[in-house]
Amino acid sequence: MVDLVAKSPGAGVLPVTVGALTLAEVDLGHLTSIAPYVGQEEAASTALKSAHGMAFPAPNRTTGKEGARAIWFGRGMALLAGPAPDAALMTPAALTDQSDAWACVALTGEGAENALARLVPVDLRAVHFKRGHTVRSLIMHMNGSITRIGADSFLILVFRSMVGTLVHDLKQAMEGVAARG
Amino acid sequence: MRIEGKGLIDRSKPVRFQFDDIGHTAYAGDTVASALLAKGQRLMGRSFKYHRPRGVLTAGSEEPNALLTVGRGAAQEPNVRATMQEVYDGLEARSQNAWPSLKTDLMGINDLAWPFLGAGFYYKTFMWPRGFWERFYEPIIRRAAGLGGLSGQNNPDKYERAYAFCNLLVIGAGPAGLMAALVAGRAGADVILVDEDSRMGGRLNAETYEIDGMQGHAWAEAVVAELQSMDNVRLMTRTTVTGAYDQGTYAALERVNTHRRLRPDGAPLETFWRIATKRAILAAGALERPIAFENNDRPGIMTAGAVRAYLNRWGVSPGQRVAVFGNNDDAHRTATDLAAAGVEVAALIDSRPDVQVSDASFPVLAGAMVTGSTGRLGLTSVMVKTANSERQIDVDCLAMSGGWNPTVHLTCHMNGRPTWREDIASFVPTPGSVLGLVSAGACNGDFSTADCLAAGAEAAKAALKELGQKAPRASLPKADNTPYALSPLWAVPGKGRAWLDFQNDVTVKDVKQAATENFRSVEHMKRYTTQGMATDQGKNSNVAALAILADATGRGIPETGTTTFRPPYTPVSIAAMGAGAQGAGFAPQRLTTSHAISIEMGAPMIEAGLWYRPSYFPRKGETTWRQSCDREVGYVREAVGVCDVSTLGKIDIQGPGAAALLDFVYTNMFSTLKVGRVRYGLMLREDGHVMDDGTTARLGKHHFVMTTTTAAAGNVMRHLEFVHQALMPDLDVRFTSVTEQWAQFAVAGPKSRALLNELLETPVDDDNWPFMACGAVTVTVAGVAGRLFRISFSGEHAYEVAVPARYGESLFKLLVARAESMGGGAYGMEALNVLRIEKGHITHAEIHGRTTAFDIGFGRMISAKKDCIGKTMAAREGMIDPEREQLVGFKPINAKKELTAGAHVFNQRDEATRVNDQGYVTSVGFSPTLGHFIGMGFVKRGSERMGETLRIVDQMRDLETDVEICSPVFFDPEGGRTRG
Repeated sequence: MVDLVAKSPGAGVLPVTVGALTLAEVDLGHLTSIAPYVGQEEAASTALKSAHGMAFPAPNRTTGKEGARAIWFGRGMALLAGPAPDAALMTPAALTDQSDAWACVALTGEGAENALARLVPVDLRAVHFKRGHTVRSLIMHMNGSITRIGADSFLILVFRSMVGTLVHDLKQAMEGVAARG
Repeated sequence: MRIEGKGLIDRSKPVRFQFDDIGHTAYAGDTVASALLAKGQRLMGRSFKYHRPRGVLTAGSEEPNALLTVGRGAAQEPNVRATMQEVYDGLEARSQNAWPSLKTDLMGINDLAWPFLGAGFYYKTFMWPRGFWERFYEPIIRRAAGLGGLSGQNNPDKYERAYAFCNLLVIGAGPAGLMAALVAGRAGADVILVDEDSRMGGRLNAETYEIDGMQGHAWAEAVVAELQSMDNVRLMTRTTVTGAYDQGTYAALERVNTHRRLRPDGAPLETFWRIATKRAILAAGALERPIAFENNDRPGIMTAGAVRAYLNRWGVSPGQRVAVFGNNDDAHRTATDLAAAGVEVAALIDSRPDVQVSDASFPVLAGAMVTGSTGRLGLTSVMVKTANSERQIDVDCLAMSGGWNPTVHLTCHMNGRPTWREDIASFVPTPGSVLGLVSAGACNGDFSTADCLAAGAEAAKAALKELGQKAPRASLPKADNTPYALSPLWAVPGKGRAWLDFQNDVTVKDVKQAATENFRSVEHMKRYTTQGMATDQGKNSNVAALAILADATGRGIPETGTTTFRPPYTPVSIAAMGAGAQGAGFAPQRLTTSHAISIEMGAPMIEAGLWYRPSYFPRKGETTWRQSCDREVGYVREAVGVCDVSTLGKIDIQGPGAAALLDFVYTNMFSTLKVGRVRYGLMLREDGHVMDDGTTARLGKHHFVMTTTTAAAGNVMRHLEFVHQALMPDLDVRFTSVTEQWAQFAVAGPKSRALLNELLETPVDDDNWPFMACGAVTVTVAGVAGRLFRISFSGEHAYEVAVPARYGESLFKLLVARAESMGGGAYGMEALNVLRIEKGHITHAEIHGRTTAFDIGFGRMISAKKDCIGKTMAAREGMIDPEREQLVGFKPINAKKELTAGAHVFNQRDEATRVNDQGYVTSVGFSPTLGHFIGMGFVKRGSERMGETLRIVDQMRDLETDVEICSPVFFDPEGGRTRG
């Protein structure tokens, strides 16, 4: 029997460093979208808590911590990043494996906020967009998910097929920030 | 000439730059305008229509005359205002609209022909011969008139777009803006202060006022320093707010690097900002208006405030002997400032008879007016008429002031109209014109420094209150509070040409002419005369022009009204607005997991939506794409072909309501589909036309995977969201896209099963995997959990196999290698297209948005047993009219003839004209299987016309072919090959 070789979305295009900013691929582990069924929000949150240690996140928030995080992912949906979903979650929610669907990158360094201000039409300043806050928004032309994971770092998810464009657009933004000194 | 001891320039930093290839030395802090004036050069440009010699009129962004081209080659930038262009070492600036040189411009001949070139001349003059306008007259007029030009080359400069957010945006950093920002900043508000100048302070940098005992500019500097130290305040210089939009959004253009020769890598020339704010304070100041008199446009004639700015800000006197002409007290400051600086003031000419100036060290002519001027390339004298005499005064500079116009523009961007204030003879903003924005200071008609400071503080306090923040107690700094007094004077009566719009060469006569010809509305006058239509958008001329129109039409100014001020306030380069969207930034690229391998295999890519898909895979020795395509079709028909179909939309649908959702969005039934089976489905829009088609697989009782076409994946997802959220909100169903999760490959051809069985853990056969079977987790492809669907787009025994995308590239390589060892290989979009046309399968070439299920022969797919989206509308009489064009196949009568998509269908003897149109061709391809071209398309009553010979005419490509109408299914109509 032959073996298939796995390739990450960012292979060959990442990491990229410009000035103080680095854009690098991150391996979040399993990615599973969790969409609670009608009236099952509480049950899904309870199941998520007992199985993985975090509640179902409110809109624009994340729960959990590095390695096992639930990221609000749109209307009635969260993305469990890290562990494979516990079977107990299957009753209250629709689970869909998205482990290969998203390119996951971290933008890190002083001025990360400024780089994103060139692409994302949302106020991502630390005063309003604190660690653990998340948003589904545009990144230049693309739809994506942006989460603040540190004082100067953001987790960015875009469609796997679009990672080249993400790198292209973010690199230009990073250069613009670096050039301002 | 430079004045020692004056100005905010850095005399320790000389700067070398070129104007029209002549080197000049200036100082850091100079603009091209101030530097040239310092050298005594008053001539800086030629006018738009008459090519009249012109000098700088203003000292700000409203400059109409001194327009330059900066830079060379591809990076050249036309129409840069000399008043805004800061000098830097190595700057190259050139004059525009003059040939062979600025001093000797041959097109200056236009000025002699002026009696024939008045307003609307081209509507009257070039009437015959009729055909000459487009080919002859217009090109000549266009060449003779104009501003700067682009290089015609690709712009290599980088531009940027960015977003900024705040609670309070303060537009303009003069006394009012600085005070507003200071009050709000001290209160801890989230403030952005924007100013278009390189140095904040506004008029304070151009005047000699004192604030709190400090020089105005020093006070400004101190305030800016304090603001800079605040974390909650962001200062943006060289940034012009160019537009006010809905919901507190403002556009602003930042000139990031227009003042530097060398830029770091990746640094933008300009940044186009979108600033979202809860509240805004407009403190944009005011613009001084010229007075119209005969030949008021000579180089050396400028606004009085500009003369003060050159003197106080840049230490330059624009002339050796200067006269001042005004209708207001503010103009007197120019004379006083000049005299104090030791510049000879020939006369202060005030149109008001009762004016008195105490302690004047210069002659004051009250009740006098300037009626004309001399000096071709630069002012040499002005004619002054007093109550009882007329005399000529030799001067090389005239400072004129017709009063100040508040900069109301932004308040009009959302359809607001300004209000006329008689006491200052100006329009002021109408409160509430832009939601959340208040005006303060000179832009609101407050013309003393003290009033501006007070208004700025007040506006900030009001904004803080609305934002729920406490305003700190702050005492206002002490400042000049001289009242502003003027008596309106728009135009000095006279015979010659008195210029209103310097940029578009519009005179008082032109405006009167417009009124005479019944273009009496201000909007009509504007368009007839072109007043206010150039890059300055009439900032210097609007109010005077409408005042003259009001006079000519016997109406008041408020009734006459202004034209509409629209964004942008100052010109914005398209490159800045579209920044990031050049080249690869134009649209996102979606690449499949097999992309890199396909490129390695030499496949040219075609775009499908945002996706890139291989067109074909050329082999050595093949010289045309057709050869590759024919070979690839052969793989599928005779052995096995492999094609990446990951781009098709895949939507994971789960929940007890999943089947009900599908029944409602598809025309046919899905609740009856067995687990482990796939069904083809057709989806209608609400208007009854076909929206999309595809297969949906049932993986579990409450679990489906819907497949959409590549291009419509997003639309279908949106449609499902709409149906669920708006029409069936109680349905317990959840769905999400899994297009990106799975790499999916078609494995098609008689040897497809043999190939797959080499890779699958459990081999498949007709019993465990019949046509339209599917399976999810049970399938293990080369050790990886995958999905297998027995479906066929080519009409062959075929499968689609899916694995998580990380294995996509690896599986594609493996499948292609195996296929090649079996006499097959990879196939691209061209072959896929031929294969599906041979089978009569539709794509969006056929379901292009105007066709119905009836048209494509799928009328019976609309189930009678249930309701579905579009069902009622699809049943309308006109939608099932037998006269409609119906899907058919086309075969050329002469087998060697080519068919082309887009061609139209006609009866054999009919002329190929619109009224005789019988239909059109949607898809064609050369079928290597059948040895001739085949096509699909729509023909009126097509289903009844099988066997009929018609004519297709392609008027674009000049081709004509006789065709036989046939069934669109050309190959294996019984489907035996598919079922295996």
